[in-house]
Amino acid sequence: MYNERSVVLPASTEEASAVLGEAAGRGVTVVPRGAGLGWHPLDGDVIVDMGRMDQVTEHAAGDLVARIQAGATMGHVARVLAEAGQRLALDVPGGVTVGGMIATGLAGPLRFRYGSPRDLLIGITVVRPDGVVAHSGGKVVKNVAGYDLGKLFAGSHGTLGLITEATFRLHPLPQAVAYLTARAARDDLAAAVIAAANSPLQPSAVELGPDGIVCVLLEGTASGVEERVKRMAELLGSAEVSPVPPSWWGKLPDPVGTVVRVTFWLARLGDVLGAIASAGVPCEVGGSAGAGVLYVCLDSGADVSPLVSAVRAAVGDRGSVVVLTEPPRFDHPLMRAVRDQFDPGHRMGGTGLCRSRTRCERWRTTACTAASACPHARPTSCGVRRWTRRAAGFTWSASSWTVRS
Amino acid sequence: MSGVGNLVPRLIEICGAGNVITDPLELRTYECDGLTSHRATPAIAVLPGTAEETAQIVKACAAANVPFVARGSGTGLSGGALPREDGVLIVMSRMRRILEVDPVSRRAIVEPGVTNLSVSQAVQRYGLFYAPDPSSQVVCSVGGNVAENSGGAHCLKHGFTVHHVTGLEIVTPQGELTWLGDGTGASPADGYDLAGAFVGSEGTLGIATKIMVKLTVSPQQVHTLLAAYATTADGGRAVSDIIAAGILPAAIEMMDALSIEAAEAAVQCGYPEGAGAVLIVELDGPAAEVETELAAVRDICSAAGATEIRAADDPVQRAKIWAGRKSAFAAVGRISHEYIVQDGVVPRTSLSAVLARIAELSAATGIRVANVFHAGDGNLHPLVLYDSAAQEAAAEEVSGAILDACLEHGGSITGEHGVGVDKSRYMPKMFGDQDLDTMQLVRCAFDPASLCNPGKVFPTPRLCGEVPGKRRAPHPTGIEIF
Repeated sequence: MYNERSVVLPASTEEASAVLGEAAGRGVTVVPRGAGLGWHPLDGDVIVDMGRMDQVTEHAAGDLVARIQAGATMGHVARVLAEAGQRLALDVPGGVTVGGMIATGLAGPLRFRYGSPRDLLIGITVVRPDGVVAHSGGKVVKNVAGYDLGKLFAGSHGTLGLITEATFRLHPLPQAVAYLTARAARDDLAAAVIAAANSPLQPSAVELGPDGIVCVLLEGTASGVEERVKRMAELLGSAEVSPVPPSWWGKLPDPVGTVVRVTFWLARLGDVLGAIASAGVPCEVGGSAGAGVLYVCLDSGADVSPLVSAVRAAVGDRGSVVVLTEPPRFDHPLMRAVRDQFDPGHRMGGTGLCRSRTRCERWRTTACTAASACPHARPTSCGVRRWTRRAAGFTWSASSWTVRS
Repeated sequence: MSGVGNLVPRLIEICGAGNVITDPLELRTYECDGLTSHRATPAIAVLPGTAEETAQIVKACAAANVPFVARGSGTGLSGGALPREDGVLIVMSRMRRILEVDPVSRRAIVEPGVTNLSVSQAVQRYGLFYAPDPSSQVVCSVGGNVAENSGGAHCLKHGFTVHHVTGLEIVTPQGELTWLGDGTGASPADGYDLAGAFVGSEGTLGIATKIMVKLTVSPQQVHTLLAAYATTADGGRAVSDIIAAGILPAAIEMMDALSIEAAEAAVQCGYPEGAGAVLIVELDGPAAEVETELAAVRDICSAAGATEIRAADDPVQRAKIWAGRKSAFAAVGRISHEYIVQDGVVPRTSLSAVLARIAELSAATGIRVANVFHAGDGNLHPLVLYDSAAQEAAAEEVSGAILDACLEHGGSITGEHGVGVDKSRYMPKMFGDQDLDTMQLVRCAFDPASLCNPGKVFPTPRLCGEVPGKRRAPHPTGIEIF
């Protein structure tokens, strides 16, 4: 067993392939890292930091398609695409990397209209845990050739391999936007969200904010939005209209505490909100209610189980309640089968690392990918030794990639 | 064959004698799907009535090591439902119930044999519709749509089947019933998007027995505009300009002179006389937006040199505009005895270059090609026409060369018809060995015994016990695997 702990920053898919091949040869564990904003701490022998693969490699504006390296932040991507009046319609916080967004299946308020990363991802390049580079999809929007590996990597949390590059379908930036904010009593909240979400006024987002605020985003042409705002305001009773979003818009819950994600069929929104209230745990609730996604945040010391069981009962088998601040479980038999095929040793992604309870706990608290709020987080450069060139088959030039030491 | 024959009593026990077909003549009904150039008579055809029966059939096949193939309405165009002569064909057409409609959540749960259009019809009264609309939507099944990730003319704006399927009950290739996805459509926070991977896997990962679909709010207004051009290049310019203006229509379709001629002969659609190309643009959405966009699209179409523009907002007039386009595939039968329906994709900006290449190929070989295409997303459907067996080889060659041209421009060998048996030999042109090998890891996870629709999609089967990275030599091209 090779126990030296390294942070490796590949500059290309080829280098990443060499790194993962080398790690496979040594049988060491590997954790891909984007911006390090993940909700649960992860650790492994080798951290592959995608910070050097941070470019939009190709923007075919006429085709509304862009190929982007996994380490590029969404803020950077938005700036590049906006130059051509376009956007990747996934409004996650700007610091999130493209690879991190795909690996966690993260999406912002626009998910109501445009879906999550899997819906706009049209091609992907990955490095398998054995170092083999694989592609699926392509750079055309319509394509049914072969299996769509992008779907499996969306939500894979690094367990199937390293995402190095992704190609997305883009959309034009809207000419005009309007945010309608309405306040509703708790018993009327669900009805307001449902009315907005199911209206033919084509909202782009229907969000639930703090203190019973419903906020609807309308996008389109200037005259079209003006007219739709009137109709939507009628639907909501009364609403404040603004060209800029409210301060809480699209913010992800702070991972200092415990974060629970609830998904549900829209008809059960009232039941879900009722269940959260009845659990009697102090918490904040918000999210893309119109799309059937809510985040519930609790203080770190709070017992999450009463809330989880109350909400589980409300969503039934049509939805999910997942504690995001714990590692994902991958508990479907077919998920395990897929993982076993890609990574028989379960070396990738930092979950399933528990060799013993104590060690697992220690590793989790010293994790490199821990959110900065974690008091035990080590900086990415800590405790890292130089990766040496001792191993056979170590064929690329060490100068072309960086080892932090 | 005898191994398959031994299954008959068990299948009768599961589904009843009336739903197990062994008569060779009756079995010929199922010898091909919409791609009639590939034929194989199944050893047995069985028509389950429930998910549980389907699971038991698959379990019996798995236990006997007999391959099985699922079939919906049989309208597929790549031979994806081509039976195995040594296997069981599982026909899903008896399972055609709409089990539940939840208009508030905008979800429905349907059985796989239900036809695509009947889902929209069932939810119309709630002001909802099911968005994916393949041309065959009157007869094609939702289960088949799931297998093929079917598109349709309106997928430019509304997306493909994969964007509208939020949960699936499947029978695994081992015969177990399990759910993938919970119907919410939110990407899973604690695992892989198995439902997303299953959609478009062409029946090779299992059989869908219940499908949760997303329903879409019917648009307030729909406008259809037809613009005639002297050449497809002029029409293509209009398409680029519409996209560049930041407008995303529900559909942008184009037909060239030869396909217009065929459509006129078949349905007298009354398109502008002498047009070298017609463009059909459909805009849908809130009334206030559609009106604004329509004015813009009209201006763009004129500026690109339209010789005539017609617009319609009532259903009868819109249907008239669509009649020519929707009849196009069948209509070429009026001008040619035989034809190959091709399905390639190119980046939209390469459309004119690839159309020019097709014209060159046609001129060089004397094989006529009628072009009908989803111009908005670069999905070409060249119809390669030939009249005699003597021309067949040349037509095949042109058809293959068109795919090569698509790939040279960074496109795909199939946009919506699937790989099936028809195009598996082209897969190595689009994907490297390692790409195909990686896709097969998914296959091995679901179907290690390789009994579920074997011989489709991939040119070379993978032995699932193999160490990753080692593969058998590629299958020689041009030889069909049955």
